Amino acid sequence: MSPLDRKLFRDLWRMRGQVLAIALVMACGIATVVLSAGTLRSVLETRDAYYERYRFADVFAQAERAPQSLARRLASIHGVAGVETRIAQDVILDMPLVAEPVRGRVISLPEGRRPRLNDVALRSGRDLEPGATDEILVNEAFAIAHGLAPGDSLVANLNSHQRTLRIVGIALSPEFVYALAPGALVPDNRRFGVLWMGEEAAAAAFDLDGAFNDVSLSLTRGASAPAVIDAVDDLLARFGGVGAFGRRDHVSDAFLRSETDQLANLLQVIPPIILGVAAFLLNLVMSRLIETEREQIGLLKAFGYSNWAVGWHYLKFVLTIAAISTVLGCLVGAWLGRGMTDMYTAYFHFPILLYRLDPPTIAAAVLVGLAAGVVGATTAVRRAVRLAPAVAMRPPAPTGYRTGLLERIGVTRLLDQPTRMILRHIFRWPLRSALTVCGIALAAALLIGTMFFLDSVDVMLDVQFFQSQRQDVTLTFTQARTDDTSDALAHLPGVIAVEPFRSVAARVRFEHRSRRLGITGLEAAARLQRPIDAHGRTIDLPPDGLVMTAKLAELLGVSVGDRVTVETLEDRRRTATVPVRDLTDEFVGLAAYMSRPALNRLMGESSLASGAHLLIDTAEAPALYQELKDTPVIQSVTVQQSALDQFSSLLEESILLMVTVYVGLASLIAAGVVYSSARISLSERGRELASLRVLGFSKGEIAYIFLGGLSLLVAAALPIGCVMGYGLATLMVQLFDTELYRLPLAVEPSTYGFAALVVLVATTLTGLAVSRRLARLDLIAVLKTRE
Amino acid sequence: MSSAKAGVGRDQCDRQSWTFRTEGLNKVYETGATQVHALRGVDLDVPEGAFVVLLGPSGSGKSTLLNILGGLDRPTAGSALFGDLDLATAGDTELTRYRRDHVGFIFQFYNLVPSLTARENVALVTEIATDPMAPHEALELVGLGGRLDHFPSQLSGGEQQRVAVARAVAKRPSVMLCDEPTGALDSVTGIAVLEALERINRELATTTMVITHNATIAGMADRVISFADGRVSTMHDNDQRTPAESLTW
Repeated sequence: MSPLDRKLFRDLWRMRGQVLAIALVMACGIATVVLSAGTLRSVLETRDAYYERYRFADVFAQAERAPQSLARRLASIHGVAGVETRIAQDVILDMPLVAEPVRGRVISLPEGRRPRLNDVALRSGRDLEPGATDEILVNEAFAIAHGLAPGDSLVANLNSHQRTLRIVGIALSPEFVYALAPGALVPDNRRFGVLWMGEEAAAAAFDLDGAFNDVSLSLTRGASAPAVIDAVDDLLARFGGVGAFGRRDHVSDAFLRSETDQLANLLQVIPPIILGVAAFLLNLVMSRLIETEREQIGLLKAFGYSNWAVGWHYLKFVLTIAAISTVLGCLVGAWLGRGMTDMYTAYFHFPILLYRLDPPTIAAAVLVGLAAGVVGATTAVRRAVRLAPAVAMRPPAPTGYRTGLLERIGVTRLLDQPTRMILRHIFRWPLRSALTVCGIALAAALLIGTMFFLDSVDVMLDVQFFQSQRQDVTLTFTQARTDDTSDALAHLPGVIAVEPFRSVAARVRFEHRSRRLGITGLEAAARLQRPIDAHGRTIDLPPDGLVMTAKLAELLGVSVGDRVTVETLEDRRRTATVPVRDLTDEFVGLAAYMSRPALNRLMGESSLASGAHLLIDTAEAPALYQELKDTPVIQSVTVQQSALDQFSSLLEESILLMVTVYVGLASLIAAGVVYSSARISLSERGRELASLRVLGFSKGEIAYIFLGGLSLLVAAALPIGCVMGYGLATLMVQLFDTELYRLPLAVEPSTYGFAALVVLVATTLTGLAVSRRLARLDLIAVLKTRE
Repeated sequence: MSSAKAGVGRDQCDRQSWTFRTEGLNKVYETGATQVHALRGVDLDVPEGAFVVLLGPSGSGKSTLLNILGGLDRPTAGSALFGDLDLATAGDTELTRYRRDHVGFIFQFYNLVPSLTARENVALVTEIATDPMAPHEALELVGLGGRLDHFPSQLSGGEQQRVAVARAVAKRPSVMLCDEPTGALDSVTGIAVLEALERINRELATTTMVITHNATIAGMADRVISFADGRVSTMHDNDQRTPAESLTW
């Protein structure tokens, strides 16, 4: 080993504290990349493999009742590769663990063969016996939530008949990766289940012999989904088709995609911040190392080492740190990624798990880290090699200080000497001070930019559950009913108020842009569910025209006053142009509202309702739920409180993990920055501080001089970190703005406080740990040695 | 031989009061397996107000003695009295207090705080002293009345060292301990520094101990103590002190 390499290893060992601090921060950056990229790739590949193996369809459509003979015509549509017709029907289940009626979706499976599309993956038990009338498979999540196993049975209300069905198997399906009941925000496995039943049994139960009401299609490579969708709509129009849609609008796939989009977004934001801080730390430490070794560099050059050899020696220092970080980051990232992928697999109930690292992304992260380190070190190395050997070997002149702004405005006159030393030191190296402030501020910003998510969800829940949807229970009817039904509901036990609503599937067009969604018709003076504008004010529905979510308006490119084309997709299909009257500020999904009479007029029908919102006396809820289970016209019952609870519990599960991860990350960054700054400050000023000790200053007094500067920088960093955190939150809100949901930009004071506290604790502990070295300053060496 | 010489010194000193009195002072440094005996039983008195020059080759123990007398290091055995205070047994806080109240240090490499001006470097010490002189007064004493607001980087080596002298003297210390104060300076600036020390010793009666390799400087001392191998090898008093301005080297 060459003497220079030996020097390299000894330097690394001597500076192990700082090397470790930088390596840890950098490793965190690389670990986040490995973790997110690996998880992202694993989830995507698992999803794709799952979709392919179980033949997830490309286009989906529902109708009221279409003859089986139509299947052949559907298959002959240009671009269609395969067709599977089936029966799919929402039903009510009576589950002993849940008071209210539980929603179930019955889906038929062909007799004696695998479905051509949307196959199920059997997890336990067996397949359905051909021709069996009471056998079902249930989805795994629902089975787990209710403790169901093959051999158990459950009671379902099929087309107004109470039926006891026997579970023979537990299954999974690519259609229900995200098992979301229609209109729900989050999966609720206790209140929504999927039941697969033999085709003959389903046809008998729902009076659909020789007919189907649901069809899935797969496309040939390169086929145009919109063209196929239009052709399917044309064919199904006569049979009560409610508009075909592609995978983009398939709720399970869309939610899964939003989850992977989030991962991809985080990958863009978090690692660059951490790697940036690591690069700055490398720069800080390398500059200092080279400064203290100035004379040695002069000596090496005097011996005949080239600039390149000297430069390469210091670059190897950087590369070694990068190598340590890479190994550490990859190991930890891969380990966490494996755990995270397991978590996703369990959460989404994937039947298979493919764990893949993502080498290109990891290589990119390592390269970025290296490049940052090298760029950081290059300036310092160049400064060192540029010196003539003779100059380099002479000690540098005392650091030049000048009277500056502080003196001119007369601040210093009010201060004692130690405080002047602190201030002059900060302003003597403005760039370093600024970068230190920046590094600490980034730690705070990272916390705020991620923890604000909780504040944001609070606002979202408040708007969703306490301002906009204030009903206790939402009922939907099996089909649109006259107001007599709503009037009858008022007489059920515990019902305080009833507000009927109409809901119609429609396609809303403006110019060449269109979206498929449900238009909700509400009572003009609705008090339970009402649209809210951006300022939290209730919007009174106008007698005609649409009120739509701002996101939908943005997607369609319309503003208030424009006229959009509404094409209804139910019953008699109607097309009308209606004006956009107002915009509502909702955070989930795309929605449009009309007054119910206006929507009824648009549909050319009398005063019909699709369901009703109820305000109830919770004391009588059990009696009400029992009554509703026995009411044939009720298709689904959604209890608002259950939805809220479900949302909260889902959040609670992930909060602890999220808080731990980000507090750890931010603490590490803040501590890394403070540790490096403090160690460098100690190396630069150790002699000065030891001199002061000789002059009779106590340990406390020199600790004040030493830590005072850092404290000031931390104090300056906190407000800057808050501003940067708000900026980061704004960026996150933009990145997370999808058709499925949006995050309101809300950062509570407590979030700023929490971030500041974490940074303060991390920096204080680090500062104190470093300042313990002050007690070990060599007072005697100071008298003898020149720096 | 050294103890005999030291005995002579003690007889003389008993007639007057002393600033330091050491007895059986030993200092052993453990460096790994080897032991280095830096001091091997030093007994001496330093008279109050005396100007003492310590001579001797490197490693002879003079700096170790100065460090112990300055409260920067503790002996392995023996005692080192400053009045009633035994520096050998005093605690850390007592030593800090002692340095703060009684000792003025001057180092070979000045050790000024680069971020403070000349006046502020002096004020750094006067702010924590009990009865200090004004910083500008101390700087005038060393002939730097005109450069009060210059930073160290704007001063020559000799000027920096005189700031260090002013900083040491401004708190009116009982003793001035100088380790090679002219070691880094040319003769002209070195003599200017020595003049400042001489003036302070004369006008303020500050006991002054100067370590030097430069035997010429011994001429300006009341007492010259030579060290060899951790012991006092010779000690003599000058009948007449040579003024610093007459020294040449």
